Parts: sequence; structure tokens; C-alpha cells
Amino acid sequence: MLGEGILKGMAETAKNFFGSYFSAERLTTVEYPEQRIAPFEAARVFPFLVFDSKNPGDGADWQTGMRCVACQICEKECPPKCIFIEKSKDKKPDALGKPQFYPVKFDIDISVCMSCQICVEVCPFEAIKMDTEFELSTVDRFGGLLLDRQQLAKSNEYYHQIHPAEAAGVDARLVAEKVKADAKARSAADAAVAKAAAIAGEGA
Amino acid sequence: MINTLDQIFVLLRHWLVSFLPAAWQPLVGVLLSVAAIVCLFPALFALTTVFERKGLARIQNRLGPNRVGPFGLLQPIADGIKSLTKEDIVPLSADAAVHFLAPVLLLVAVFMGFAVLPMGRNMVFVDMDAGLLFYFAMSASTELSVFMAGWSSRNKYSLLGAMRAVAQMISYEVPLLLSSVVVVMMTGSLSLTKIVAAQSGFTWGLPHWFIFTPWGCAGFVMYAIATTAETNRSPFDLPEGESELVAGYHTEYSGFKFALFFLGEYLAMFSISGLGTTLFLGGWSAPFSFLTWVPSWIWFFSKLMLSIFVFIWMRGTLPRLRQDQLMNFAWKFVLPLCLLNLMVVALWRFMGDGWLRWVICSAILIGAYATMGWGEMRRGKIGPRSYRYAE
Ligand code: SF4
Ligand code: SF4
Repeated sequence: MLGEGILKGMAETAKNFFGSYFSAERLTTVEYPEQRIAPFEAARVFPFLVFDSKNPGDGADWQTGMRCVACQICEKECPPKCIFIEKSKDKKPDALGKPQFYPVKFDIDISVCMSCQICVEVCPFEAIKMDTEFELSTVDRFGGLLLDRQQLAKSNEYYHQIHPAEAAGVDARLVAEKVKADAKARSAADAAVAKAAAIAGEGA
Repeated sequence: MINTLDQIFVLLRHWLVSFLPAAWQPLVGVLLSVAAIVCLFPALFALTTVFERKGLARIQNRLGPNRVGPFGLLQPIADGIKSLTKEDIVPLSADAAVHFLAPVLLLVAVFMGFAVLPMGRNMVFVDMDAGLLFYFAMSASTELSVFMAGWSSRNKYSLLGAMRAVAQMISYEVPLLLSSVVVVMMTGSLSLTKIVAAQSGFTWGLPHWFIFTPWGCAGFVMYAIATTAETNRSPFDLPEGESELVAGYHTEYSGFKFALFFLGEYLAMFSISGLGTTLFLGGWSAPFSFLTWVPSWIWFFSKLMLSIFVFIWMRGTLPRLRQDQLMNFAWKFVLPLCLLNLMVVALWRFMGDGWLRWVICSAILIGAYATMGWGEMRRGKIGPRSYRYAE
């Protein structure tokens, strides 16, 4: 009969209305500043730069330990172009001991960043990762939202904290790379030694 | 004591006025009543906005506003301050004078409607002989300000919203009037105080409210439908359908003028619920004969708030209608039933007392409702939506 659906709907909403006062599982709202939910592994907000510190926790070597080599791939790939990098003139040794450039300037304008994670995907050095920090409001909407490299630098331990599984994978990969690089270096050294010996042998 | 409480506002006014010289007394008395109405209903509006938001939230299993003050009760103050401090933007090409006048006129027209509502025993501002007529004249003139707002803004959304609003309000004006006319036919008076008086008796402890008669019940349902459309409330909120028209006729209003529109809409809702209470729910009379000692104004306002609650409940339940469904519903369903109801009232009146008229009148109304509803639903005119292309 006409109007039946309306009555059914009204009964449903009335059930919701009164039910929300009696059953706790109906009210799923988390009252945010007072209550919080544990962040998810896959949560992402804005990117940050990872650095390896010698003695975990002090953060003093954010500059020397920074993994970024200023290759500027992320700067070129970032769709809204919110990354600005200035490459250094000199080089410093990276985690593998190879001398590399480093960024003297690395700014991300988080008022423009759209959290697409493309910079993270394209970085070949595992140097940029997504942060889960979201309480970033500031009274200065221009300067306050332009994060420089010091603000962006977070330790690898912090990365382990916010994305444990992902960070473990990254670390394993880096270790494997280092082992491979070491092996290669050793075999290269061996070859060089052998070659030198051969040359020496020839000369003799 | 009970009598004093019942008449407390009337006595208060008398007492305040008695300090003044006799020549001033009538004028100041009137001003006092006006001030009471102008303060009370906006206060009620402020409360209703919080309760509406909280109620809707609960219907959707949320918490609703709970930050400002205890349980979020001070939310309207925050909202008020916000709307007061916002920039008042008048579009460059808008007709500034009309743009400004529209919300003011709306409020004036709505407030005038309160003048004839009896809010308690002896608590009516002007006891007009043709109070009902005056009320409808005033409530119809709100349409003008809605159209003024839409037209003067020079915005396509405003204009579309205003056209929808006017089409809808004029269409539903007809069932609104016709469903109230039944009460006039029974009581033989257009005076709202007389209409309340006609419902004030009790039989076996139950009141003689018109809603408890077959024609009154039918009339009330149609009145409720028409008022929902008349006040642009969901499910008839097409004139301001956010998803289609930004905000309808008040798209170009900001700051306090927008707040005035908002206020005007809620006040219209109050006053039309007040009228419905007066016409069908016995006005300020008590629902049981053993409760007559409770002050009359308490009953009036409880019934008013109950109607408001139903409005909110419907808003939380029903989706918006389409324009053609809205029109079909008004002209092809509600209007014929209203006309039939007029016949039924005449029959009721001339059949005299007895159980026979109850049976016959109910049978006619229920039969007509069922057959019409069935027919319309079968032809797909009203009822569940069908999607021709999307399936
Ligand atoms: S963050 Fe990665 S991709 Fe970007 S400049 Fe540094 S090393 Fe290159
Ligand atoms: S997350 Fe996307 S938008 Fe943000 S800096 Fe990285 S690439 Fe650019």
C-alpha cells in the first residue's frame, strides 16, 4: 500500500535514533583530540627524508646520514611540482661509501603536495618516504607550510616506528645491495690485484 | 495558584503595564507582546538548530555537535557569532535593494503569522475574527520574498531555486488551504481561538481534538504533507537541494542575511506547526482530562516541539523528490483527497451523532486512499523510483 515504505523508513531511523543511545557499537565515532585510533601501516600524509644515524635516537647526523643524493628524479616526477631541490657542488660519501652529491636545499610545499606517493615510488635510493604525521596546522600559510630539509629529515628508526613492515623490507634490500656492492668491490679489487700481478709478471 | 501559572504571562504583562500612565498602557502592552514573540521564537530556533543537528546525527548513528558548551548546547551562539562576523557579499550585478529586502520581508511576513496563534488560554496577540484567513495571507506572502531573493541575485542557481520554490509553494498552497477548510466547516468560524475552544471538551477523559475524527485525521495528514512542502523541508526541499542547486534561492546570501533566511525558514516551520496544532491537535488544550491543571502554554509548546521533532525525523529519513513527482503528488493525489475530504466533512456534519458516521466516513476515506494509491502506484506515477536508463 502507498506510504508503507515511508513508515518502514521512519521505523528504521527511529530505531537508529534510540539505538544510538543504548548500544555502544552503533556509535563508531572516535572523538578525535581526546581519543585516537592507532595509525595504520599503510597510512600516508606527506613525504619525509630518511637519514641513517650512527647512534640511534640523537638525530645529530641528519645532514651526514641523509640518504638523498639530490638526483632530482622526485622533483621531476612530482605531479604538482611541489619539490624544490638544489644540488650540492661537492660530494660526501653515502651509505655504501660512494661519494655522492647531497641536497643543500630540499623543500616540499605541503600546501601543494597531494600525497600521491609518486616521489616515494620513483626514488632509487629509498631516501624519501611517506610520513603519518597529520597535525600540521600553522598560522603561517606560506612559510609554515613550506618544509625545508631539516624539518623533513626523520631518522630511519622513526620510519621503522610508523611503517614497521615496509621499513624492514627496505632495510633488507639496502643490506642486500650493500653486500652485493661489497662483493663487487672486492671482486673488482681482486681483479685489479690479479691484473696488476699479471702486468708485473709480464714485465718481469 | 494553578490559574496564576496558567495565566502567568498575561498577568506579568498587566503588572508591568500598570506602572505606566493610562494613556500609554495599550501601546506598551502591545509592544511587550511583540517583544515576547520576537525574542521567544528566535530563541526556540536557536535550540532547534542544535537539536536538529543532534537528532539527525543520532539517526545516522553519529554524535552531532558536542564541542561548544555542555553537550554542544551553546553551538547556536557560536554559529550566530560566525554569521555576524562574516562578510556580507552582494553580487555586483545583483539588484541591491531587492536583494536586501528579501530576507527582511520574509521575516516580517513570518512574524505576522504568529500574531493570530493562540499560544495558551487568553494568550493570543490579536484575536481576529478571520484569524485563519490572515494567517494564510501572511504565509502566502513569504513566497514573494523567496522569489525576490532568487530574482535579485542574478544567479542561475538562485533563479532556478526560486522558480522551484514558487511552483512548489503555490501548488501546495491549495491542499494546505483545502485541508484546513474542513476545520472551518465543522466549527463555522475562522477565528483560531474559537477553533481551539471547539476542541476543548472531553469524552471519557479523551479530548475532542479534530485529529481523532476520520476527516480530521485525513485532513491532518494532508496538512502535514502540505506544510512540509510549504516550508521547503525534506523530502520537499527541492528549492534548496544542495546537490543540484548549491543552495537554491539563497545561494548569493552570506553572513547575517543568510542567517535571516535560515531564521525565517525555521520560524515559518514553527508558525505553521503552531497552526496545525491549533487546527487539529486542540491548540493549548490538554491531551487528557486529568492533565488540565498543567498550564495551557506548556501544552501548546510541547505539541509544537513534537511537530518539529517529526519534521526532523522525516528529514532524516526521506530522500528528496523529483520535481515532476512533487507536482504529480500535489495535483493528482493530495488535491483530490482534500476535495473528497470536504465532502466527507459535510456528510459527517449532516449525519448527526452516532457510530454510523464514523464507519461511513472512515470507510470512504480509507477506500479512496487505498484505491488511489494503488492506481497511482500501478501506473508508476508515485511510489518507488524506476530507472529507465540506468539498469
Ligand atoms: S629523494 Fe630520492 S629521488 Fe629525490 S632527489 Fe633524493 S635521492 Fe633523488
Ligand atoms: S607525494 Fe606526490 S605531490 Fe607530494 S611531494 Fe611526493 S610526488 Fe609530489
